Parts: sequence; structure tokens; C-alpha cells
Amino acid sequence: MASHKRIDEVTGAETTGHVWDGDLTELNKPLPRWWLYTFYACIVWAFGYWIVYPAWPTFNGYTKGWFGYSQRDQVAKDAAAAKAAQDKYRTAIAAMPIAEVKKNPELFEFARDGGAAIFGDNCAPCHGRGAQGAVGYPNLNDDDWLWGGDLESIETTITHGARSGDPKTHDTAMPRFGLDKILEPAQINDVANYVRSLSHLDVDAAAASRGSAIFADNCAACHGADAKGNTEIGAPNLTDAIWLYGNSQQAVVHSIETGRGGMMPAWGGRLDPVSIKMVTLYVHSLGGGKPEPKKEEGESEHKDEPHEAPK
Amino acid sequence: MTLMGGPNKFIADKKDDDAPAAKNTAAPSSIYAAHQKIYPKEAHGTFRNVKWAVTAVTLAIYYILPWIRWNRGPSLPDQALLFDFANQRLLIGPIEIWAQEFYYVTGVLVLSALALFLVTAVAGRMWCGYACPQTVWTDLMIAVERFWQGDRNARMRLDQSSWTFEKLWKKSATHLSWMMIAIATGGAFVFYFQDAPTLARELISGTASPVAYTFLGIFTLTTYLLGGMAREQVCIYMCPWPRIQGAMLDHDSLFISYREARGEPRGSHKREQSWEGRGDCVDCKACVSVCPTGIDIRDGAQLACIQCALCIDACDEIMDRVGRPRGLIAYTTMANLDTASVEPRSGWRIVRPRTILYSALIAAVGGLMLWSLLNRADTIVSVAPDRNPLFVTLSNGGLRNGYTVKITNKTETAKSFRISATGVPGAKLQFVEFEGQDPVIDIKPSEVRAVKFFLSIGPGERKELKGDSTPILVTVRDMSTGRETSRATTFSGPGS
Repeated sequence: MASHKRIDEVTGAETTGHVWDGDLTELNKPLPRWWLYTFYACIVWAFGYWIVYPAWPTFNGYTKGWFGYSQRDQVAKDAAAAKAAQDKYRTAIAAMPIAEVKKNPELFEFARDGGAAIFGDNCAPCHGRGAQGAVGYPNLNDDDWLWGGDLESIETTITHGARSGDPKTHDTAMPRFGLDKILEPAQINDVANYVRSLSHLDVDAAAASRGSAIFADNCAACHGADAKGNTEIGAPNLTDAIWLYGNSQQAVVHSIETGRGGMMPAWGGRLDPVSIKMVTLYVHSLGGGKPEPKKEEGESEHKDEPHEAPK
Repeated sequence: MTLMGGPNKFIADKKDDDAPAAKNTAAPSSIYAAHQKIYPKEAHGTFRNVKWAVTAVTLAIYYILPWIRWNRGPSLPDQALLFDFANQRLLIGPIEIWAQEFYYVTGVLVLSALALFLVTAVAGRMWCGYACPQTVWTDLMIAVERFWQGDRNARMRLDQSSWTFEKLWKKSATHLSWMMIAIATGGAFVFYFQDAPTLARELISGTASPVAYTFLGIFTLTTYLLGGMAREQVCIYMCPWPRIQGAMLDHDSLFISYREARGEPRGSHKREQSWEGRGDCVDCKACVSVCPTGIDIRDGAQLACIQCALCIDACDEIMDRVGRPRGLIAYTTMANLDTASVEPRSGWRIVRPRTILYSALIAAVGGLMLWSLLNRADTIVSVAPDRNPLFVTLSNGGLRNGYTVKITNKTETAKSFRISATGVPGAKLQFVEFEGQDPVIDIKPSEVRAVKFFLSIGPGERKELKGDSTPILVTVRDMSTGRETSRATTFSGPGS
């Protein structure tokens, strides 16, 4: 009998009989049998999942399982619960003007946090995740606003967009001075020099002085004689440090030639009014939001003193 | 051959193999073995008494600790040790540890591990032999078993006998007692996580949370299974420590060993027979029969030996009876065995590079934790500058950076804070939620508040900036204590 047992000489223990590389053998140290039974029990337990949980596809669906559990239902339930939790805030926000929401710390916090999520889903593709913008897409962190930076103006812009085709959209546009041959290329060059000189950029002084008169004739109507712009018609302030399309001579010339005319979709049909209020409050809170304009009738007794950006 | 083989099947197979026509003589025996039940005999002696004492102390700590009260004022629970998961904090006497300070718990775990290393390096598997819950509860379960079914031989007889009424009631009584111990164990465990007196009332009246009952159930079951049924199997097959300790032990670590030099050649000894030319071991197997893991200590150091020292007691008892000196089995070191020293514990070298290193690490980690614990504030302040965008150019050509300050009020009273920033001359503060440059920020007890603010400079100050990053200091001032906490951060710009 012993002749068939493979015995390891050093330990005197039996080996498994397997040999590797000619002389490597393995001692047979059996695991306890309860271990094996535990393993079998786990296999049986695993079959239980087939029975109690959805498991097998069928021709017209799948086996539902005894527990009737469904991850879709779970998600729907969680979403409904989350919505119910938000409803209290959303109802309150829906009922009051946007400036009032800002005065209520709890609603303001809810609106900003929710607005950040809405912004990320809808606005970030153009304006950037941090609302930092890009060439042609305004930076919403700064204090320069094409169409007004107070809460109501921002809400209006988001609802109706810019040049979006919405009936109430901001639809004024700058003429295409170059493409439509309103100005000669040399004139455009001169006026570009003049406009850049307003921001204290390095310019050709002679060209700039020639451009002054051209500006007065062609541009001042919208941008103002002082070139400080007009948010009613989306005419940018040309004297500040912020340039949507860049402040190089080439970029400014290109803006005058083509009129640019960027557009933004109207979100009124895509987002509900409460969501628009929330995202408005978020954008307004990014640091550049402007105070509400003073109401004429004096009916607004208590004005929320704004955190105005330093001049 | 099937997996279900077991030792008996294995023998049968081997008999088949004996036939001349055996196909495969190299066929392995079963890879699974039936559990060999161990019937540890009761030991008497010094180490048994020490073990009882340690068992009593550790069990007392386990059961009594959650009931000790500690007055923390009206707003906090008065349980001295409470793992308050619901409020994400750990209460230990006067110390309150929040979730974000979990590194203290990590530190305690690191210290425990180092202490285990040190004890192992100095004295071997002391933890396994005396203090491990598995050892303590197994000891308790075996004592209960012995109480109902008698000592080793009686239990073996009972197991071999057919199912009589006596066997039935003895076994039932044993399992019932185990189950009661298990319930008490699981029950005590949940008290560490909720106010013990309240939870006790709830558990009894059936109004405790399902979570409490679930954990009570889990710990009841594991105590019953691991302490009552699995016992030494946990040490031999489940626990990683026997494998790790090989790296902790060295030639100077204490461990329990049979003194081969003195004991061999072994053999039974008759009264009046001379001890000349033979060893002291009378091969009575007393050491084997008391062993809770069922090994023979005379085979030398082995993984399954939990160093419980019961074999020392058993052997000493026999040595006394046969009139030989005690200590045939004793705590010793490899170094002593190598020199064939007969004196137990002669030259036990405790101070060694290894133990010095472990002690130094324990002192370093412990000192660091103590220092940080003594110096920790009841307010946590962190400042994070906006990353996207890093800075904003303003219409007047100035620059603006945004920051989020998180202030945690760890006290149980409402606090007010003021925030200031220094480092960029002429910078103006502007808060999203507050008016003015220096608002008062109220934070409720035990609350964290994130405050967003902006720091702006004009075009003139912008020219003064050097490089694209200027170090600044944001200071949060506790208005009640005047204590200021400053955090360094940066004011970013496009550079020149």
C-alpha cells in the first residue's frame, strides 16, 4: 500500500501526486469538509437569486422573481421622493418674484444649488462648466452684460434668448459694415483703431483720430456717443476691458465687417419658469450680477443692497 | 475519485490502488477532509487561571462598556463610548470625533497593529492565546459544553453513543446555552451604536429599528457559529494572523515549546524506574488532550498553535506527579532551544532592533496623535479657491477670484464668525449671501456652512501683482472667543 502513496521525504506528509518541472511536488493538506459544504451552500444560495430576483429573459420580457424587485421602479420611487422633497421649495419660488427669492436665504440656497445643476445640463456646452465663456460666448462671471445683468434682465434673456426666433427675443443686430459695403475697409480700420483706443490699447494714433468721426456717424447711435453701450439693444460697452470676440485689431475689424450677431436659444419652452428662476439666481450669484434697477413709483421700499462688483 | 471523498474514501481508494492493475498511482487523495472534532480536556494551573482572569476581564469590558455614562451637557448623548453613526461621529469620553477626523480612528488602528507587532516580537502570540475574542468566546463555549456534557472522555463517549434521551437533553442544553451567550453577545454589540438604556428598552419591547435587530441577529449567529461550532477552525483556516506572525517572530520571541533536549527519548515510565538514559516525557499525551486546536506541541512550532499555554499546565501537573522538574513544556525562545538550554526563559533578549523599531513607531504615532488631539480646534476651517474659472477679468480691467470657505462649528452652541483676507493690497471682499465687506456669519451647533466670497482688485492693483499667483491668507475669526484660524491660499491672475 505504501508503495503507491507519494510521501514527501522531509515532512513525511503525503503529496498530491502532481509533479512540476521534474521535482516540484505539493503537499496534500486537505481543506476541511465544512469548507466544501459552505461552498455548495453558496452555490445553492446563488440559485435563490434566480427565483427571487429578475433573472431570465423570456420571449416577451423576463422572469420577474418572487420579490418583484425592479431597479427601474426603485429609481422612479427615488426620483419621485426627491421631487416631492423639492416641491416645497419650487412651489414657494414659483409664487414670488425673483428678487424676493434672493432675500430668503433658504430658497436662495436651494435655487443656487439647483441652478448650478440646471446650468451644467443646459448652459455649460456654450458658456463652459464654470460659466467662464469663450470667444463669442459671454463669460457670465464678470460684471459686463450685453443685455443687462440684474435678475429680471437675466431671466428675460434666458427665457427668450438672443436672436433666437422667439417673438420676444432680443433681436437687434449690428449692421455688417464690411460685408454690406457700408464702410470702406480703410474706414473700418480707422474706426477699429479708434474703438481700441477707448480701452487704452496700443493703436495707430492718426488712424484713431480719423476713426473718431466715423464712429460718431455710424456707431454712436447704438453704442452711444461715449461708446459705453446700451443693454436695451445689446450694444456692448466698448470702453471696458472685456471683449467678447477679442481685442486685437484684427478681431475688432472682423467684428465691424460682419456685425457678429451671436445667438442664444430661448429656454422658455425647454425649462419651466421655476428652473429658469433658479438658473438666473445661480448666474446672478457668480459674482457679476447687477442690482435691480430702482423702481420709479417708489413702491419698492426695501432694496436689497447688491454686492456690486468694484469699479 | 470524487471531491466528497474524505479520509475514509481515501483509504478505500488506496486499497484499490494496491491492485496490480491500478491505473493511476499518482491519483491525489481527497482535497477535502472531514472535520476532526476536538475534545479539549480541562486544564488546571497557573496559565488556566490567568486565562480565566483575562476572559473575565475582557468579557466584563465588552458587556459593561456601553453602559458607562459620561455627562456631555444637554445636547449630546451621555454614553461614554458611542459610535454615533446616525450623526456621523464617535464619542469617547470627553473626545468627540467627527467623520472628517476619521484619521484618529485610523491612528488608533495603526497603534493597535503596532502594539500587536511589538507584543508578538517580544512574547509571541499572546493575543491569540489570551485576548482574541475568538479565543475568549471559544473558551467560554467549551466551558459551557463541559458543564453540561462532562470532560473530554465523557464528551467523546456521548458523541459516540446512540441518540438516547440523555444525549438529547445534554446536547440541547449545550446548544441552548450557546445560543443564549450568542444573543447576549450580539445584544451587547448593538449597544455600542445607540444609547444603551433606550435601545435595551426598545429591543425588549420590540420597537427597536430593524437595523438593530439585523445586527443583533448577525452577531448572534456569528458568535454561535464561530465560537460554538467552528472554534479552532477559525484560527487555522480563516484567520490571516497565523500567516502574518511568521514575519513578526524571530529567534528571541517568546513562544511555547516542548523542550526536546530534555524530553527525548520519550516513553512511558513506571514508578521506581530509573530516569537515567531517557527523557522526561512520559508520553502521557496530557498536552495533546488539553489542546483546544488539537495539535501535539511536541511536533514543534506550528501554525495551528495559538499559544494558549494550557499544555504547560497539563505537563507541569504530570511532571509534579512523576517527580520531575516543571517546564518540560514552557515559554522559551528559539535562541534558548538552539543552545539546548534547560532553564526556562534564560537569556530572553527583549531589547532588539525589531522591538526598538516597533516601540519607536508606537511612540511616534501615539505622540503625533496626542499632540494633534490636544491642539485640535473646535472649529474646522477650509478654504478652496475657485478652479473654474481661476480668475475673472472685470470690465474696469481689474481681477476677481472666488473662494469657498467651509466653517465647521463642532461645539454645541451657535457661533458667529467673520472672514477677512490679506495678502493682496486693496482687495475688496464681496459675499454671495451676505451684504457688505465684513458680514457676521452665524453657524448653528454641530453644523458645517459653506460661504462663497469674491476678492476683487482694480486695474491699478492688478499691475502691482507679480506672477500669476499671489499667496494670500484667509482668516476666520470666532467672534465669541476671538480665536482666529488662518488658511493659506492663492490669488490667481493671468500673469504678465
